[in-house]
Amino acid sequence: MNVLTDNSELFLNGFKTTLVLFVISAFFALILGTIVAGMRVSPAPAMRAAGTFYVNAVRNTPLTLILAFFALGYPRLGLPYIDFMTAAIIGLSLYTATYVSEAIRSGINTVSVGQSEAARAIGLPFMQTLTLIVLPQAFRSVVPPLFSVFIALLKNTTVAAGFSVAEAGAIRATLSERGEPLLPGLLWVALIFVVLVLGILTPLQRYLEKKWKVAR
Amino acid sequence: MTNPEQATVLVELKHVNKHYGALHVLQDINLQVAKGEVVVVIGPSGSGKSTLCRAINRLETIDDGSITIEGKELPKEGRDLATLRADVGMVFQSFNLFAHKTILENVTLGPIKVKGVSKADAEKTALALLERVGVGKQAAKLPAQLSGGQQQRVAIARALAMKPKVMLFDEPTSALDPEMINEVLDVMVELAKEGMTMVVVTHEMGFARKAADRVVFMADGQIVEEATPTEFFTNPQSARAKDFLSKILTNG
Repeated sequence: MNVLTDNSELFLNGFKTTLVLFVISAFFALILGTIVAGMRVSPAPAMRAAGTFYVNAVRNTPLTLILAFFALGYPRLGLPYIDFMTAAIIGLSLYTATYVSEAIRSGINTVSVGQSEAARAIGLPFMQTLTLIVLPQAFRSVVPPLFSVFIALLKNTTVAAGFSVAEAGAIRATLSERGEPLLPGLLWVALIFVVLVLGILTPLQRYLEKKWKVAR
Repeated sequence: MTNPEQATVLVELKHVNKHYGALHVLQDINLQVAKGEVVVVIGPSGSGKSTLCRAINRLETIDDGSITIEGKELPKEGRDLATLRADVGMVFQSFNLFAHKTILENVTLGPIKVKGVSKADAEKTALALLERVGVGKQAAKLPAQLSGGQQQRVAIARALAMKPKVMLFDEPTSALDPEMINEVLDVMVELAKEGMTMVVVTHEMGFARKAADRVVFMADGQIVEEATPTEFFTNPQSARAKDFLSKILTNG
């Protein structure tokens, strides 16, 4: 307990950064992932190909390499400067979006073809058929896998600690600098992650599942 | 009842062909539907009648030939096609009401999003239509809370809300329990009386007798026979039609 109370500012700041990283990345991953899922079911072959290429390329690359690219490779390209936090957000968003896209695409496949046929039959173009009819129904059936993706994202944020972002994964390094015992420190970090998942994400998932219970 | 020779042709199919792999599902189909005419398409399952119906608003593409509505060729895709579909009402075998929207929203969605009608006007029209098909009291419910017959009547109201030039019915009563078939057919008979142009794929011979101006009999991807209902049911010409009628009429 002493490790936690003696270093409370370290834990507080670390997890604050983790949550900021998580919320912003989850937001962009959800938007980008939805767009990519839409591209992958589009009637235009070029859109489908672009979506598929993006998912395959990014999903098959280790997250560490993606973050390394944005933290270390990108600054050498002579493009506008981004700080490590922004780099981590971009990397995490791009990476997580591929998983979001696949979860949503599986949801799209659960919506019967008749729904989109009926939408097309009253004259809705592809975009409106997707956004008004198909996606709202697809989201309902992918709440559980989507939350698995977001729980993974919350834990993946610790990878950013390796690239100079002072979030929860970096707490250990500072603790050892201060001469604190390592194991209790790590256990506290792990415990707080469990509390975040069980205390925030799981209730949110349960709430959405209940709210969006599919009436068929 | 109008005579197709004199009236304006609304829907015209010329030499339409479609293959599903090796299966030649539509074989050189020629068909004209005049404004105000009710054409009932019947035939054994697998004869291509549903495909024919779905091709008229291009839910099914065709390999060659032409389909025109008011003389205009069906657009291939995109916004032009969507615009055309707004003028062609479609009622499906499995209703296909939007499962996450209320009955009222199902009917107002098209007018609001496609035609740019104001929400208030769309709701007024929708409620009148729902009242007309006998489900006015269900407006606030979700589709899953309604019986099949009610859902199908909502689907008809949804199509009518777009003020279509022609209505396509793809086996509208085939998924219904027997006691609900008539409530849907009654709505369709009313529509026919009011002069709506209709193409109806159905197994309901009673509806064909009562409301059709013309019966089109299809088998194996071809139009085998076209006649008035009386002619067709009392004096079928082709062996296929005689065989088909003997099978279904003994059960009826």
